Amino acid sequence: MAQPKLVREHKKENIDFEKVESSPQFKRLMENKKKFIVPMTIFFLVFYFLLPISTSYGTFLNTPVFGDITWAWVFAVAQFIMTWVICSVYVKKANTFDKDADQIVREQIEEGGNA
Amino acid sequence: MDPVVVILFLAIVALTLVITYFAAKRTKSTGDFYTAGGGLTGWQNGLAIAGDYLSAASFLGIAGAIALNGFDGFFYSIGFLIAYLVVLLLVAEPLRNLGKYTLADMINSRFNAKRVRGAAALSTITIVLFYMIAQLVGAGALIQLLFDIPYWIAVLIVGVMMTIYVLFGGMIATSWVQITKAVLLMAGMVIISFIVLMKFNFNIGAMFTEVKTATSHGADYLNPGIKYTDPLGTISLMLALVLGTAGLPHILMRFFTVKDAKTARSSVITATWTIGIFYILTLFLGFGAAIYVGQSEILAANSGGNMAAPLLAEAIGGNILFAFISAVAFATILAVVAGLVLSGASAFAHDIYGEIIKKGKATEREQMLAARYAALGVSVLSIVLSLGAQYLNVAFLVSLAFCIAASANLPVILYTVYWKRFNTSGAVWALLSGLISALVLVSMSPSVFSPVEGAALFVGNPIFPLDNPALVSVPIGFLGGYFGTVFSKEYDFKKYAEVKVRANTGYRGQ
Repeated sequence: MAQPKLVREHKKENIDFEKVESSPQFKRLMENKKKFIVPMTIFFLVFYFLLPISTSYGTFLNTPVFGDITWAWVFAVAQFIMTWVICSVYVKKANTFDKDADQIVREQIEEGGNA
Repeated sequence: MDPVVVILFLAIVALTLVITYFAAKRTKSTGDFYTAGGGLTGWQNGLAIAGDYLSAASFLGIAGAIALNGFDGFFYSIGFLIAYLVVLLLVAEPLRNLGKYTLADMINSRFNAKRVRGAAALSTITIVLFYMIAQLVGAGALIQLLFDIPYWIAVLIVGVMMTIYVLFGGMIATSWVQITKAVLLMAGMVIISFIVLMKFNFNIGAMFTEVKTATSHGADYLNPGIKYTDPLGTISLMLALVLGTAGLPHILMRFFTVKDAKTARSSVITATWTIGIFYILTLFLGFGAAIYVGQSEILAANSGGNMAAPLLAEAIGGNILFAFISAVAFATILAVVAGLVLSGASAFAHDIYGEIIKKGKATEREQMLAARYAALGVSVLSIVLSLGAQYLNVAFLVSLAFCIAASANLPVILYTVYWKRFNTSGAVWALLSGLISALVLVSMSPSVFSPVEGAALFVGNPIFPLDNPALVSVPIGFLGGYFGTVFSKEYDFKKYAEVKVRANTGYRGQ
């Protein structure tokens, strides 16, 4: 993607970050990140607070599931599983973010600096 | 004292000193001193984060809390773990991309203002000192029990050791002490859990059935509500745990010890797995202690339940296992306080001396000297304060540290990275309103004032009902930042564009 003006302006000490920020590439990266991080964060916070809220305001989690193990314990262990799952999914996702970010640095920031 | 205990104790001391010796040879610059030159790999840093996190409070405290309070004790494990999702998704990578040594560096990558740096350093120092006193007082009491020596000697031993690590070996020594301790601690946890499970033929259901009759709580032991009966109090505590972690200075500092955001991420992953497995195992320790030691004996040894894990080790593995777990507990205490000293010293020497007083123009030699003096100063100050606090109930200091971290540090971190309009006055307001509201509310809370003598710091009726005021102070921190921002006309979208690009791409050039 040739952006002659950008290249010319980039004498390392003077990078136009506003230009990078408003570039379609960077916007797409931010959009992709937002699409993943915002729903995930809302989800895990809701899932997390559901536990103390439901144990504080009700006793329905005290029903046994397996033998003497109740739903409260299953929910508690589910928190651990959720954490590990989100971690693993995030790593996969973040690798694609890394690629896009590296490309932005290469094409929009450093290219100008070498001139 | 049992000779096995003495030998293992001395072995830990010797091992950490060897680490410090080699680390000292490699500590040449301020970068080495504060952040191990950014040279840790993902798994090393991950284990060190786990080490920082699995303090004596979580190892001994949670095992005891589960043994005494059943499900309610497990709340801590869950809160501490989920906190890592906040760190992973929202904080770790931008922090690594923007910061250098301290939290203030990260915020100041956007606002080059002394008052922001000063406020951030103030918040860091407050958290570090309070947290440190809590750790040292707890450590003193514990070592007193484990090794049968007077409190003041115990505090002095821990204090002198932590000072040696930090003063000579800086972050390299601190990190390797953390890594060693994390491995030892995990080994100890796995051994105890394995023996406990073996006794039930690896049938977890049978363990649940057994524990129902093992305690005075009967079947209620397995249900929530033994300790936390106030819904808002419980939710407030959970809020402080999940948001506070992402603002604790010694945890934040760990993200500067790796070379880039990718490594920061992989270290959070290692840490999350390690910490997760650890907290699952706390369940077996807690239940095991309730069954094989018994609540009355746990309470007799220490009213906070801190002796549950070592006593369980003794009950199921005899003297050798007791000695091993005690030595691990000792290593745990040493490693955590060393990390705290380092983050306190960085706020004094790097932020206040280097950047505010010397305006970033201090020579490398001056910076290094300042870092070491600051480390010594923080150590001595916290040792003196801890010696004086022996008979005080300092449990509230931990909740205070988490509360300030959640109410002052986290809002300013999130706003700095994610809010375009945010400005200098917003940053100062967020930090100060979070810090002050947490301080004021905790000082009026039941953990400082209790009508029962000895149950809290002072005798009296609490003005504020929640032990942990996060439910109120966190919104105050966020609102403070919001109003501070909109009441000031200042904004700099150009600078924000730069911060946003740097935070998200990891570009560090000029």
